[in-house]
Amino acid sequence: MSVRGILSTAPRLRPLRLLPVWRRNLRVWRKLMIPSLMGNFGEPVLYLLALGYGLGRLVGHVEGISYIAFLGSGIVCSSAMTGATFEALYSAFTRLTQQQTWAAMLNTPLEVDDVVAGEIAWAATKALLNSAAILVVAAALGLVAGWGALLILPVIFLAGLCFAGIAMIVTTVARSYDFFLYYFTLVMTPMLLLSGVFFPLGSLPPAVALGAQCLPLAQVVLLVRPLMIGHWPAHPILALGVIAAYTGASFWISAAIARRRLHS
Amino acid sequence: MSSEAADTVVAARGLIKRYSGNAVVNGVDLTVRRGECFALLGPNGAGKTTTLRMLLGLTPPSAGRITVLGHDIPADARGMRRRAGVVPQFDNLDPDFTVAENLITYASFFGIPARAMRRRLPDLLAFAELTQRADAPLQALSGGMKRRLTLARTLVNDPELLVLDEPTTGLDPQARQHIWQRLHGLQREGRTLVLTTHYMEEAERLCDRAAVMDAGRIVACDAPAGLIRTHIEPHVVELRGEQARAWHERAPKADVRALRVEQVGETVLIYGRDRNTVLTRVEAVMGERYLYRPANLEDVFLKLTGRDLRD
Repeated sequence: MSVRGILSTAPRLRPLRLLPVWRRNLRVWRKLMIPSLMGNFGEPVLYLLALGYGLGRLVGHVEGISYIAFLGSGIVCSSAMTGATFEALYSAFTRLTQQQTWAAMLNTPLEVDDVVAGEIAWAATKALLNSAAILVVAAALGLVAGWGALLILPVIFLAGLCFAGIAMIVTTVARSYDFFLYYFTLVMTPMLLLSGVFFPLGSLPPAVALGAQCLPLAQVVLLVRPLMIGHWPAHPILALGVIAAYTGASFWISAAIARRRLHS
Repeated sequence: MSSEAADTVVAARGLIKRYSGNAVVNGVDLTVRRGECFALLGPNGAGKTTTLRMLLGLTPPSAGRITVLGHDIPADARGMRRRAGVVPQFDNLDPDFTVAENLITYASFFGIPARAMRRRLPDLLAFAELTQRADAPLQALSGGMKRRLTLARTLVNDPELLVLDEPTTGLDPQARQHIWQRLHGLQREGRTLVLTTHYMEEAERLCDRAAVMDAGRIVACDAPAGLIRTHIEPHVVELRGEQARAWHERAPKADVRALRVEQVGETVLIYGRDRNTVLTRVEAVMGERYLYRPANLEDVFLKLTGRDLRD
């Protein structure tokens, strides 16, 4: 089938049916909650503390706030990306291939679109859990301005859906775990470095900064950073629109590829 | 709907499945009636699993029409799967869960709430003889226990139709007997069974009718006894090893007309219509050293699908 043929069918999003898939993963996560949280939350917090205080002493203030506050909001965003991506790559791929969990689900009334949507929703939930934990640490360090910062949570969930969807495209295409290295090297790392997590986009050459604006992580940072210090984002609708567009397109594409892979 | 249509659980007409121009299933017609146990037999690569996948709506046919439980497949496969249970060829139980959690989670995919499922757990665990192991992790189960759990798992939605792809492959004889007994029980409850198998004994013991597939086609379809009656001489002498070598040395000189002789690996099989003729002629060559038995489904299978090794 041609690429156009594969993509011509819209995926069906049925919240009631993706729920059991989501709940299955929640049930497993509850068993492994402690090590899972340690891995996904401990490391970013170490980065925040070490770089925030260590580098922060050299850097001083950035965009009018302390470097650790600047970095803290960036890490809330980047850990949503890594949390969603790891879940939608490695864990989902294990369920698709080795464990054949998806195959078992497809012998029930669930369909491929339901399974893909459930996996993306679950990966977004993990992103939310990770980021929320870091947000709590940031608040304890006095880096969060007020209750308005709670608006960060829905933004992070949407960001989680977006990064999970993009990772799901890679998962449904992959034939082995090694394939994911391409994604990390060619997509994840550049995005992490160019989205204003560690330094402001203004430090980049103007052409690069403009290109970086197209990255979903950069848009997430543009929303989260002001919310964390008690300001309103400059262009919230535009930023949300970009993230939502990535989310919709990646769900469409990943569901189409998964359907072809599992129904051949 | 006529009574015949109401009685038909699976109807497939002119099924074809091509992979890059190569027909894996090449014109299959199938009818399975309510309450019967139907077997698809065939060597590896005959197209059995692909046929099952098409019946379940897991892969669309390249041509042909399928109705299962009155649902058009693949258009309404979802509605059909609500009323069916599937035992896959390779276990796909959830390794992250205990025995009981496996049943509860699988039921949730059918929209069955955990509370309703907990009430039914004792029955399903008893069916699988895993009552003592409800909270055991999956890794603690033997191959036979896993297979029993898989079978119990397919019953969470009380299915009218069970589709089983090689349900006893890889099991020891005790575990196999146990599964057979369970399948018999499910059929007695009025459920329809469609299974694939390599074991002719399994098909002969379990099934009301069997279809022999080879190279993507059904080459024969009947009750096991009917298949034997139609396709093979009823009397068989089997010679192995030393006996087979002795036969090769002596038989050419003897009068063995009216016998059909086949070689499968190192075994010589001698078929005949009349018991006395078979035994007299074989005794003339072999003396008392031979094994006589009635023909079985394996003889039919070898005759219809050939004796060459399949990969």
